[in-house]
Amino acid sequence: MKTTLKLMMVLFVTLLISCGGKEKKEKEKISYGRKEAPAKVDAPKDVGTPASKKVDLTNKGVGPITSMTLTTEIDQKMAAEGAEVFKKMCTACHRPNKKFIGPAPKGLLERRSPEWIMNMILDPEGMVKNDALAKELLIEFNGSPMANQNLTEAEARSVLEYFRTL
Amino acid sequence: MKNLLKLTIALAFVFGTYTSCNNSKSSVSNSGGLASNVAEKVYVAPGEHDSHYAFISGGYSGNLTVYGLPSGRMFKEIPVFSQFPTSGYGYSEETKPMLNTSHGFIPWGDSHHPDISQTNGEIDGRFIFINENNTPRIAKIDLKTFETTEIIEVPNSAGNHSSSFVTENTEYVVAGTRFSVPVPQRDMPIREYKGNFQGALSFISVEPEHGHMDIKFQVLMPGFNYDLAHPGRGASHGWFFFSTYNTEEASTLLEVNASQNDKDFIAAINWKKIEEYVNNGGGKMMPANYAHNVYDESTHTATSTMIKEVRVVNPSEVPGAVYLLPTPKSPHGCDVNPTGEYIVGNGKLSANLTVHSFTKMLDAIKNEKFAGDAYGIPILNFEDVLAGVVEQAGLGPLHTEFDDKGNAYTTFFISSEVVKWKVGTWEVLDRQPTFYSVGHLTIPGGNSGKPQGKYMFVMNKITKDRYLPTGPELEHSAQLYDISGDKMELLLDFPTHGEPHYAAAMEADLIKERSQKFYSLEDNKHAHAAKSEADVKVVRNGNEVHVYMTLIRSHFSPDNIEGIRVGDKVYFHITNLEQDFDVPHGFAIIGQNTSELLIMPGQTKTSVWEPKQVGVWPFYCTDFCSALHQEMQGYVRVSPANANMPLKWSLGEDIE
Repeated sequence: MKTTLKLMMVLFVTLLISCGGKEKKEKEKISYGRKEAPAKVDAPKDVGTPASKKVDLTNKGVGPITSMTLTTEIDQKMAAEGAEVFKKMCTACHRPNKKFIGPAPKGLLERRSPEWIMNMILDPEGMVKNDALAKELLIEFNGSPMANQNLTEAEARSVLEYFRTL
Repeated sequence: MKNLLKLTIALAFVFGTYTSCNNSKSSVSNSGGLASNVAEKVYVAPGEHDSHYAFISGGYSGNLTVYGLPSGRMFKEIPVFSQFPTSGYGYSEETKPMLNTSHGFIPWGDSHHPDISQTNGEIDGRFIFINENNTPRIAKIDLKTFETTEIIEVPNSAGNHSSSFVTENTEYVVAGTRFSVPVPQRDMPIREYKGNFQGALSFISVEPEHGHMDIKFQVLMPGFNYDLAHPGRGASHGWFFFSTYNTEEASTLLEVNASQNDKDFIAAINWKKIEEYVNNGGGKMMPANYAHNVYDESTHTATSTMIKEVRVVNPSEVPGAVYLLPTPKSPHGCDVNPTGEYIVGNGKLSANLTVHSFTKMLDAIKNEKFAGDAYGIPILNFEDVLAGVVEQAGLGPLHTEFDDKGNAYTTFFISSEVVKWKVGTWEVLDRQPTFYSVGHLTIPGGNSGKPQGKYMFVMNKITKDRYLPTGPELEHSAQLYDISGDKMELLLDFPTHGEPHYAAAMEADLIKERSQKFYSLEDNKHAHAAKSEADVKVVRNGNEVHVYMTLIRSHFSPDNIEGIRVGDKVYFHITNLEQDFDVPHGFAIIGQNTSELLIMPGQTKTSVWEPKQVGVWPFYCTDFCSALHQEMQGYVRVSPANANMPLKWSLGEDIE
């Protein structure tokens, strides 16, 4: 019986401790109102660089493309084809130069490896499941999943070339 | 401490109960080893696929349901002859023409007998045809998309029942009338039926590549009721057999008056001979008015064309093309075995099953041994064409199917059983009860030269106590049997939807490999498609407003529209931009007088909305598409009829 009592004590104490921790956190101010008089909302505390701003040129992602090399010169013909594909298949969620439903591809090659970009286009479900950065991006963009538009590898490659021109 | 002891005792007790429970369970399964074996035979593990597709008619639902065998799981309901709010079929602007007929728009149908297309006498899994009984029509469903892609109305017909069976190379799908009628239709006394009404048997040619249907000719037969039909195959390819009843030509109290004759007929039609006659200009074109509705997969749009004439053939004009085989007694099913030699007449008021021989029929014809004629059509002698009789097999035979081992299986409605018998010796091998009052039965590949064996299922008319009660109306029951052994073994009991009259089934592989995952946006030729953000617009044309809208997870573009006025007719032309498997989006708007739309990836559909009230009205996606599905919504501002609001639209920005 004594042992049981002791065990119970330990359990209770543990519970109390874990509960107590949260009390110190300040509540964030939330306010609703008409648009004419927007309520000031405290800017969220900086929790580090958002995934969309992170630079990782070594991560090749997880997917069908494991290695590729880009020519120094941009292939203008391919880029023009890519612009066409982008217009048809991607503009529902992406604007070239500004954040829309998804991030803007402008300057993307300064932040991501070409393989990572290709894999994200060709297998977004797989990337979100297996690539930490892709997962982080999904969260940054409110859980809005990147659609798999079933582009061919050549089409995806042309879109990548188009991104180099932005 | 005492408490602890008590607890221990209690625990031990509970544990003991559990163990004893397990013991008793295992002893049950030991004694009933067969029962657990049966469960394994129908168990398809989570994530695994069934080995067979079964297509079961919905009867008065007007649709066709798709099941898996052996699990009995229902996968899909394919809308065919009835409006289907689940997808918007028959409600969307694109699919409304599918239900057009000479009687106008018909929102409902009575679907009966599905039959899968064949090549060289084998099921090929490309198309499935199904007939509508009430407003005579034949539909074709493409098994690549599981969508109804064509419906043709059948003129001069009424109660389109001895349909929609295909020949061994899908040269034709036939549609025979159950009710004879005046041809052409006219105002005349009903009592003058006899000798004046006619029964049209339509041969609808099927174009090999796309399956397009065209009524090649109609044989105008005597005014009997034509109940069911099956094609000849192998040696008898080129012939078609139709069962008849009401050869008395009664027009009232058929229950009594159509059961007077000792024998009715199976009509044997040499369609190759008539085809040749017609190809040489035979028959005559008569004025008609019937709808031919075709759904185009690239425009995602159906068109309805009214056809104004049809070629009819009087059988007496084509000697040697039509014969009548006396068959007891009001035969229902008219079934041909895989070799094409035997034609089974399931005389539903007879205790015996009659089997005719094709070879003997040809001999009798050659020797011109006729018992008489009916309206100029030769009647053969019963004894001359009879191959054999399955004696006292049961009560009320309805339908026979065949396996790949020379056995036949017949359903008996009145005695509520399925009977297995040997083709050639006519001996009964086995019988099993059905639950209850069985109608038709199906063996995968049944109506072909190559049945696929293993399974057989029966479709019952009465359910009663088979499932948990659901009020007075019950779904019908079906039972699946394993027919690989000497004896049929009941495996599974599963509910079906509507009233299944008939079914077709086949091994899954052929269909599975061809099944389409989504529609290519590139190939979308819809007149009002918005294939990218650049195509999004709202256009006014008088009081018609056309919204060219796109969908992708998880927004509409545009999602804010202003400048709509009360009295406008707003066409939402909505394109799903997704290009991935199983990502449909839905569209519903408050006050929609039609139904929601369910739009497949790459597809465009149109919903018409006629706002009657001023206000700001929301619309939303009805299909849970992503984590942000609940955010997939928008607003339409509706101003008074006389307002001078210009059309404006946006996505992601405020309308200024």
